[in-house]
Amino acid sequence: MIELQNISKSFDGIEVIKDINIVFEKGKTNLIIGQSGSGKTVLLKSIVGLLDIDKGNILYDDIVFNTLNFEDKKQLRQKMGMLFQGGALFDSNTVEENVMFPLDMLTNMSFDEKRDRANECLKRVNIINANHLYPDEISGGMKKRVAIARAIALNPKYLFCDEPNSGLDPKTAILIDNLIKEITIEYDMTTVVNTHDMNSVMEIGDKVMFIHNGENWWEGTRDEIFNTENEELNSFIFASKLSRKIRDLEK
Amino acid sequence: MKRVFTKPEKLKIFYKETIHEIDKLGLSSISIVAIISVFMGAVITIQTAYNTENPIYPAYLIGLTARDTLLLEFSSTIVALILAGKMGSNISSEIGSMRVTEQIDALEIMGINSANYLILPKITAAVLFAPFLTLMSMVIGLFGGWIAGISTGVMTSQQYIYGIQYAFIPYYITYALIKIVIFVFLITTISSYHGYYSYGGALDVGRSSTKAVVHSSIFILLFNVILTQLLLS
Ligand SMILES: Nc1ncnc2c1ncn2[C@@H]1O[C@H](COP(=O)(O)OP(=O)(O)OP(=O)(O)O)[C@@H](O)[C@H]1O
Ligand SMILES: [Mg+2]
Repeated sequence: MIELQNISKSFDGIEVIKDINIVFEKGKTNLIIGQSGSGKTVLLKSIVGLLDIDKGNILYDDIVFNTLNFEDKKQLRQKMGMLFQGGALFDSNTVEENVMFPLDMLTNMSFDEKRDRANECLKRVNIINANHLYPDEISGGMKKRVAIARAIALNPKYLFCDEPNSGLDPKTAILIDNLIKEITIEYDMTTVVNTHDMNSVMEIGDKVMFIHNGENWWEGTRDEIFNTENEELNSFIFASKLSRKIRDLEK
Repeated sequence: MKRVFTKPEKLKIFYKETIHEIDKLGLSSISIVAIISVFMGAVITIQTAYNTENPIYPAYLIGLTARDTLLLEFSSTIVALILAGKMGSNISSEIGSMRVTEQIDALEIMGINSANYLILPKITAAVLFAPFLTLMSMVIGLFGGWIAGISTGVMTSQQYIYGIQYAFIPYYITYALIKIVIFVFLITTISSYHGYYSYGGALDVGRSSTKAVVHSSIFILLFNVILTQLLLS
């Protein structure tokens, strides 16, 4: 479980995250949705401590994360996995080396154990026969899957994904979404996913927070979201012609 | 920046990375340093020869001048300026592109001290390897001077060899080695800094790599004055 208490963050006097309170639950995929520029990435990076917050507290299962010192933060981070918007694979390493990397750095496993574990994770995300390719040599969807494999190599308790399916075709996007959900249940992780894709909300949104101009504008479940009276949320959900058509048909 | 100079979590990985950097930053600089040294040695010799055509100067002074120029300035300061261009842009563009593609964030999130992991091996490798480049530059520079001297006929081989041994001060070598170690330390830290704190996109990476080279060069020239004053006075 991750709890945010009155989180605020500003850049050069401009408040990008405004007093956000929310609980992200364990074993569930928690989504943060919102328009481009609404502050999703800033919020996610603040939660994991890549950005320092100005106000509030971030609790990881009752540990106050933001006041920890650098060493203790490092310890807690070893329990986190993160999938970045562009994958962030290490370009000078092969696919297999990328997944083995956290094991190399943070465990005392033997080479064979590390390779086996890496292959187990790669198999989990359906990457086979690509172990010795470099990130430049694989497709965007494969990169995301390798990045997921790397993120779960150390059995994390918390998984963070920034726009996991941006730039992917709808079918691959749903594949990645479902992979994230399955893994969340398998490993019983607290997963937080940034997205602006309503398909993701339908597929995997156990709990959804709508962020608008840096504020927690609405939160609820996937089912509640389509019956909300919230004006801004409605205009976000029903931004496309297709979605409005479906809504009118259902009525 | 103080996070760079902490003890690496895994010494084995630190050694591996350092060896890798010696290869990338050091060994790959051998050819450029060699080429420039042989030509500079030649030019210094020829210029000295034509500036001292007056017969009251004995010909061996040409060798002596070439030697002292190489030892005092060329093989440390000029070599450092060349390395600033080569290593500086290499380091800052490598680290900078890792920054803008979120690879550094990915390291941090794994609980790895990214500054230490990425930068310390580079500094260590450069500081360990640069003295060899300087020594090599001295030898090759003197050789270039010898070739130029005898092939243009400004002096004989014996005069040159006598000249480069005449009134030799071994401390000049120590002096050059101290300088180069400090210079490459400046190059690697300044370039890593610019790379590590780049943000934005590919364009910004290019910009930080230009800044890395320019700032390294300026600092080398500045420290050259300071060190010369401190070490030779
Ligand atoms: N380092 C920074 N310095 C100053 N302003 C920033 C910085 N990072 C983000 N911002 C600002 O914060 C706001 C929110 O940005 P953020 O990247 O979180 O948006 P987002 O919701 O992730 O958008 P997208 O869906 O396009 O990724 C933007 O207005 C952006 O300009
Ligand atoms: Mg974003």
